[in-house]
Order: sequence, then structure tokens, then C-alpha cells
Amino acid sequence: MKSNKEKLKVLVVDDEPSILMPLEFLMRKSGYQVFIARNGTEAIESVNRELPQVVVLDIMMPDVDGYEVCRQIRSNEGMHGAKVIFLSAKSKEADIKKGYEVGADLYIPKPFSTRFLIEKIKELSAS
Amino acid sequence: MNYWLVIGVSFLYLALLFGLASWAERRSASGKSLVSNPYIYALSMAVYCTAWTYYGSVGRAASGGLEYLAIYIGPTLMAPLWWVVLRKIIRICKVQRITTMADFISSRYGKNITLGSIVTLVCVLGIIPYISIQLKAIASSLSILTGRVGEVEAFPDTSFFIAIGLALFTIVYGTRHVEATERHEGMVTAIAFESVLKLVVFVAAGVFVTYGVFNGFGDLMQQAAQLPNFEELMTFGGESGYAQWFWMVLLSMLAILLLPRQFQVAVVENVNEQHLNRAMWLFPLYLFAINVFVLPIAFGGDLLFGAGTVDADMFVLAIPLLEGQSILALLVYLGGFSAATSMVIVSTIALSVMMSNNLIMPLLVSVPALKNRYNDKLTTILVYSRRLCILLVVLMAYLYYKGVAEYYSLLEVGLVSFAAVAQFAPAIIGGIFWKEGTKNGALAGIVVGSVLWFYTLVVPSMVGVNMLPISILNEGPWGVGWLKPFELFGLQGLDYISHAMFWTMFLNTGLYIGVSLLSRQTSQERNQAEVFVDIFKYSTVLESSIVWKGTAYIPDIRSLLVNFLGEKRAEAALRAYHRKYPEPVNEEGRADAKLVNYAEKLLSGVIGSSSARIMVSSVVKEEEISIEEVLNILKESQQLISINNELRRKSMELRKATEQLRSANDRLKQLDELKDEFLSTVTHELRTPLTSIRALSEILYDNPEMDREDQEHFLHTIVKESERLTRLISQVLDLERFESGKQKLSLAPVQMQEVIQESVEALEQLVQEKGIELVVDVQQNLPEISGDKDRLIQVMVNLISNAIKFCNPAQGKIIVSSYYIDGDIKVNVVDNGRGIEPEFQKQIFDKFYQAENQTIRKPEGSGLGLAICKKIIESHQGRVWVESEPGRGAKFSFVLPVKVKAPAAKV
Repeated sequence: MKSNKEKLKVLVVDDEPSILMPLEFLMRKSGYQVFIARNGTEAIESVNRELPQVVVLDIMMPDVDGYEVCRQIRSNEGMHGAKVIFLSAKSKEADIKKGYEVGADLYIPKPFSTRFLIEKIKELSAS
Repeated sequence: MNYWLVIGVSFLYLALLFGLASWAERRSASGKSLVSNPYIYALSMAVYCTAWTYYGSVGRAASGGLEYLAIYIGPTLMAPLWWVVLRKIIRICKVQRITTMADFISSRYGKNITLGSIVTLVCVLGIIPYISIQLKAIASSLSILTGRVGEVEAFPDTSFFIAIGLALFTIVYGTRHVEATERHEGMVTAIAFESVLKLVVFVAAGVFVTYGVFNGFGDLMQQAAQLPNFEELMTFGGESGYAQWFWMVLLSMLAILLLPRQFQVAVVENVNEQHLNRAMWLFPLYLFAINVFVLPIAFGGDLLFGAGTVDADMFVLAIPLLEGQSILALLVYLGGFSAATSMVIVSTIALSVMMSNNLIMPLLVSVPALKNRYNDKLTTILVYSRRLCILLVVLMAYLYYKGVAEYYSLLEVGLVSFAAVAQFAPAIIGGIFWKEGTKNGALAGIVVGSVLWFYTLVVPSMVGVNMLPISILNEGPWGVGWLKPFELFGLQGLDYISHAMFWTMFLNTGLYIGVSLLSRQTSQERNQAEVFVDIFKYSTVLESSIVWKGTAYIPDIRSLLVNFLGEKRAEAALRAYHRKYPEPVNEEGRADAKLVNYAEKLLSGVIGSSSARIMVSSVVKEEEISIEEVLNILKESQQLISINNELRRKSMELRKATEQLRSANDRLKQLDELKDEFLSTVTHELRTPLTSIRALSEILYDNPEMDREDQEHFLHTIVKESERLTRLISQVLDLERFESGKQKLSLAPVQMQEVIQESVEALEQLVQEKGIELVVDVQQNLPEISGDKDRLIQVMVNLISNAIKFCNPAQGKIIVSSYYIDGDIKVNVVDNGRGIEPEFQKQIFDKFYQAENQTIRKPEGSGLGLAICKKIIESHQGRVWVESEPGRGAKFSFVLPVKVKAPAAKV
């Protein structure tokens, strides 16, 4: 086990507790340092405070949507090099395209495969 | 009254007319035309009332009683017929650019020169006496007013100068434009003004006589009843009376239509056919108004002066003079002056155009020597010939007045003129309603009718002034008894007017019909006959309804137009033509039949139709066309018109159908979009629990060694999310059933109290778990309603669960109440939660109220519960809504009617 300082910081954002719960478990199981946020505002606060290397981001949220959170991440100097993965129930082509436009590294539609998500986080954080 | 004062006032009045006319022309030039309104039109028609009416009616009433009325009954009877006859004539003249009656007749019968010339001659002969009595009326009123009765003036006398003054006025305002179709707005305005003046003054004089001199109608008539001939005067008919009435009425019916001045104001100066509608009742009203005081003035004069001392024609002027009302007398004189001048002005304009276009022009253009010599100056000649004709007509009238009219009453001379123009009635009325009428028929009728007119009416008047021996009247010419002018062919027992009318009309009409039936029309005649009779069918396509075949070149046509219209106007006319028919000009510059017809029409407006025909045929090479060809082509063009109309109608229908289809399509598309949106929202909503279930199951599968506690937690969540999925699916199905109308309500009497109670019981445990205070307050003995109990419970459960979900988490309080109000049962569910923003208060009842393109998520819930509630309540004919202030809780309410009007089986 690596020390906290060497652990990859992952921020998981989703407004559904029933989705947040498995995500949090997965990240911890994979040995990352996990932060969670239940809406856009919390997500932005967490980003500014923790400067995570990876953000797993839902789009439809009560206050600030995922696209906006992603834009803020991209305009944050301290977040340079951070990876953003959208995890959304919105699966239309236009939604996916918009996700990449605002700066996502990956867009995974819900429901997702947990193994695939972990694999991708590993790949992205290694590059 | 001072002679020079009256003369001065007369010329001042003429100057005023000048001013008025030029003001009207200036207004018209600046686009604020005065004459384009029906009142001016109707007033200008009152040019019918001349000095004859103004002075002569009183004279006639004094000697003949009610007889004078016949002259006004005729036009009054004719007015309703204008819609049939006059409107048609107006349309024909507009379309064919006809400017005089002579041209109208000539045009109808193949643009025949002879016919036009004869009509012109008869008109001039017939109207000059009429003009002369206007001069006579002016002269006699002047002499009465200035107290010079009986004095003989040496030439040049006053009436001569007045005649010249009138001629000059007419020249200035009547011949400003070459094109006679252009309206004389200044003149029309002046005429309308004169109509007002003569009416007002005459009525004023009548009022003065009736109420000023006598004590009202009653007094006047009572005194008049003492007159020896009163009874006779107030009786219709008499010995030969009924025949006379008939002929007088008929004569004046024809006169109102056919007098050149009436043709001028009613047809040529008409701005808008619709003005006829108003004139049809305004004009008879005018006639009525100006006749009301005729009898009172006539009787008044008889009573005041005694028979024979004063010319009854002048009563209207003599009475105010007798009573010392010199201002009124002067005004009365001016009224008479205006009645006379308006007639003279309009008649001379009409006659001068007739003479120039139907006598002078045809002569100039049909005699090659003359034509070649004056070819370049035709326009100038035209204008000067018109001016000369005006002068000539007025001078001839003056001479006639001096030679003949002085010895007859106004009425006698006037009727002779009426009878002259009546000779055109068969040719004109037949011409616009009967296609078979031929040129020969018209010619025979008019010539014989006019000759007889001359013989039975003019010749006796010449005898009267000793120009012919009296023996002609008593023994017949050369002693031939059956040729006596007043007893032609032995016909006795009629007055001279009825006698003349009988013979002229009988032979004229008979010959017109007889000869028409026996003679053949030329193709040109046939063509015009078709167009005249069916003008309302052709008027939109005139250029192609005149059949023409031949070879013509545009430059020739152009130079012809330039010759008569001038460079500028010709160019403008051709541009207008090309705008209307934008077909490309062919290479050789050939003109087609349409252009030739267009040019001929334009020329007709300037020089008359027969001259225009000659001019056009002189620059083009024409081919003979048979009548059959004409008829075929016309038939085709008529069919074309009806096909066109049919097509236009069809395309309108198509356009309408397309419009309907498009909107139906739009509606379908919209519905489709709504459905798409619903589907994508449903699938989106399904994805959330599915995602959770899949992720949790995969983790459980991949991590068999995980904590027992975590495992249980995960499994519990999986079960809950599965329930959420199930709920969602059944709600979607519910809603779909309601929306498609498949959902049936099982209606039965329902106690609302039970519904509320059962719903609260179902949720009791949840309420207790969350520590919420739930208050239920239901009114006792609520009336039953007819409803579906299970569905209503579904609504209540949904509303209360929402309240549980959203009420204050720390100290939740929910109040459920129900009571009867205004025929409804009302139910409220109140919570103390965070409330609902006003902008969402309507939307929350829509299914998945957040639209697909939104990315901000609504607070909680599937998004279908309230939509289903709304459906259920509405299918019970009720209403559901929410009232809320953000931060102060929400109050959901619904009402259900106690008496449901009809079983609400479907939504």
C-alpha cells in the first residue's frame, strides 16, 4: 500500500447516492484517495481544495451541471494534466460530442462496466 | 337694380367659377382629387336641372299645373335602371376609351364614320336650341332684374357678351388636355358647386314666397283654390292628358341617359362605377328638393300678378323684386345664371368633342390629300378645332336665340331637344343588349327618326317665326293633307310632342329592328357587338377580345402614338403596355394584335374610334377576317377566361389544402417529438437504477471477500433500486393507459373520508419512522361522489408521499384536510417543506417536466407521479393545483364535483 501522499487523488461526482456508493467503494478498492461530491457546487469546491488528478463526473445534477464543472476544471491552472471522465445516463451523440468539446478525456455512458472504468482510469493516469 | 351692378356680379361669379375650377385642378394635380367622391358625382349629374327647371318649371306649372312634374318623374324612374344600363355604358366607354355618344354609336356599329357624323349633326341641331334657351333665360332674368323689360338692345347686346364669356370659360377648362378621356376635374367641381347654389337659392326663394309673402302652404293653397283654373291645374290627365304624360315621362327617361351633357358628366367624367350606387338615390332626391316649391311659387305668382302681366317663367325672380327683396332677387338671378351656365359649359364641351372627333378628324384622316398635308399638326388641329367648335356652338345658340327661341317658352324649346336625342335610344339601348343590331339598322332608324323629328318639331317652329309659310301647318306642304307636320299620316288627337314622339319612335325602332334583321354584319361590327353586349365578360381582357389579323411593326405604331400623344406620353403608354404584357419583343419588331388594339384604344381617346381605326389601318397591313373566325376566336377567349377562373379557383383550393396538410404535419411532428422526448426521458430515468444495480452486482461478484456488512448494504441497495425500476415501469404504463384513453375508471359511490383514511393508514409507518406530525382534518358527513376509489387512493398516497419526502426534515408537519365547497369536495395536502418556485408550479404536473435538453436536474422523484395524479383528477372532471411560497411549504389541492355530469369513462 502506498502512502496517502503517493496515492492518486480521484474525485467522484454524482447526485444519486445509489451510484455514488459503488463508485466510492471501487476507487478505494483500487487504492486511490477518494473524494466525493453530490452536486456541481460541491464538485467545484472539492476540485479547488484537493486538486484531484482524476475526476469521474456525472452530467445531470441539481445545481451546476457536469459540463460546467468540466469547463471550470479546464480553466483551473492547478488542474493542469488532470483527467476528466464523464459518466452519464445521457447517451445521445450530441451529448457525448459536447462532453469532449468541454474538455473530457473520456465519456462513458451509464450503465457502465466497473472493470472498464477502473481500466480506463489506470490508463489515463499512467499517460 | 343697377344694370352695371348686375353685369359686374355676373362676371364676378364667372371669375369665382374660374377660381374654383383651377383650385380643383391644382388639388387633383397634387393627388387630393375632389371629384372622386359620389356626392360630387351626383351633384354634377344635377346639370340636368338647367334654367328650364329653374325658371321654366314654374312657368309650366302656372299654365299646365302638375304636368311639369313629368320631366322629373322620368329621370326618377330611370335612376334605378342606371345599374343595368348606365353602368354598362360606363364600363364600355372606359374599356374602349369612348368619349362621346356619337363615338359610342359609331364604335358599336363597326366604327362607322357616317353613323358618327350623323349622330353628331343631330346632336348639334338638337342641342343648340337648348343652349339658346339658357341664353334666353339669362337675358330675360337680367332684364327683369334691371327693370329693362321690353327694351330692345342693339347688337352686340349683353347676352352676346355673356355667351362669349361662357365660351371662353369652356375653352379654358374643357380643352386643356388633348385626350378627351381625361377628366375635367375643374369643370366638374364648378358644376357641382353650381348645382348646390341653384338648389339652395331656389329653395330659399320658395320658402320666402310660402312663408314670407304668404302664411305657409295652407294659406297659399287656400288662396290658390280661388283661382279659376285651379282644379284643372291640379288634375292629372285630362282629354289627351294620359298620352301626354306617358310620352313626357318616356322622353325624360331617355333624355337623362342620352343628353350629351348627361353623357359627359355621368359617363365620361365618372371616376368610379360604384359612385352610381349613391347617385341612384341622391339624384332623385335632388330633383325632389328642387321641385317642392315649384307649385307654391307658380300659384304665388298667379295670385300676386294676375294672369298675363308677367311672364310666368320669371315668377321666381319677379316675386322677390315685387316684395322689395333685392338681395334675394340678386341671389335668385345668380342661381338661374348658375343653372344656365352649367348646362352651356357641359353641353358645349360634349358637342365640341363630338364635332372634332366625329366630323373633323374623320375628314382629315380619310382624305389622303388633307392627311398628308396636316399629318404632323393633327394634335394641334384637334385642340384648335375643339376650341373653335365651342365658340361656334355658342354663337349658333346665340343666333338661334335671337332668331327663334325668343318667341317660344323655355319648355317648348327644351322638349324639342329632348326629342332629338331620344332618336339615339334604339341604337344605343339595342346596341348594348342585342347583338344582332346592325350598322344599317342603326343608320336607318336614326336617319328616318331624325328627319321626322325635324319635320314634326323644327319645321313648325320655323313657321312660327315666319321662316316658312303657315300653310304647311294648316294644309300640308304643297297641299298634301296627310303630310301636315302636326297630323302626320292623318294621326290626330295628340299634342304635338306626343305626336312627334309617336311617329319618330315608332319608325325609328321599327326600322332599327327590321333592317338589322334583314342586313348582315361585317366582322368588325360583329366583334364590337359581342364586346359591347358582353362587356362584363371581356373588360378584363380587352386587348385580346378585339380580333385582329395582319402585319404591323412596332416603330410604325410608336410613331403613330407619338404623333397624337406626344413623345412623353406615348413612351409612358408603351411602357405601361410592356409592364402589363411583358412578352419579349420579337426580332423583326412586329407588333401583335394586342399591341395594335392597345394603340387603337389610346388613339380613340384622342380622336374618336372611327378616326383611330383609319389611322391604325393606314400604318399596318390587315387581313380580312370572316365573322365565323371572329366568333370562334371570341368564343375561345371567353373559354380561356372561364378556364382561367376555374384554374385560379382550383389553385386557391390547392393552396388551402396544402396549408392544412402542412399544419397537420406540423402537429404530427410535434406529437412525434413529444413522444420521442418522453421515450428518451423514460429510458434515461431507467438508466439510473440500472446503473446502480449493475455496478453493485459487479462489485459483489468481483469481491467475494468483502465485509459482510458492506455486502448486505449493497444487496439492500440493489433491492431498493429494483423496486424503483418496477415502480417507474408501472407508472409509465399507467400514464400511457390514461393518455391513450385505455384506462377505464370503475365508477362507484365513494366516501372521500374513506379514501383519505386508507391512504393515511398505508403511509403511517413511514410517517412514524421519519417523526413527522400528520394532522387529518376531514369535515363530517361529506357527500358521496361518484369515482374510482383505488385511483383516488393512488392520488392521495402520491400527494402525501410527496409531502413526506419534501417536508421539513427536522420538524416535519403535514396537514390533510377535506371539506365541501360550492358543489365540490376539496382536498388539501399541506407540508412545511422548502416550497416550490412559482415558475415550476404549473410544470410539476407535466410528465418529466424537465426538458431533455436541460442538464440541471429536478429535485427528486420519478417525474410521473404528479402527472398521473392530474390525469386521474381530470378524468373525474376535477382540477388539481399547487400553491406555494418558496421556503414556506407547499399546499397541493384538488376539487372533485359532487355531481359528475357524465360518466367519465375516458380521458
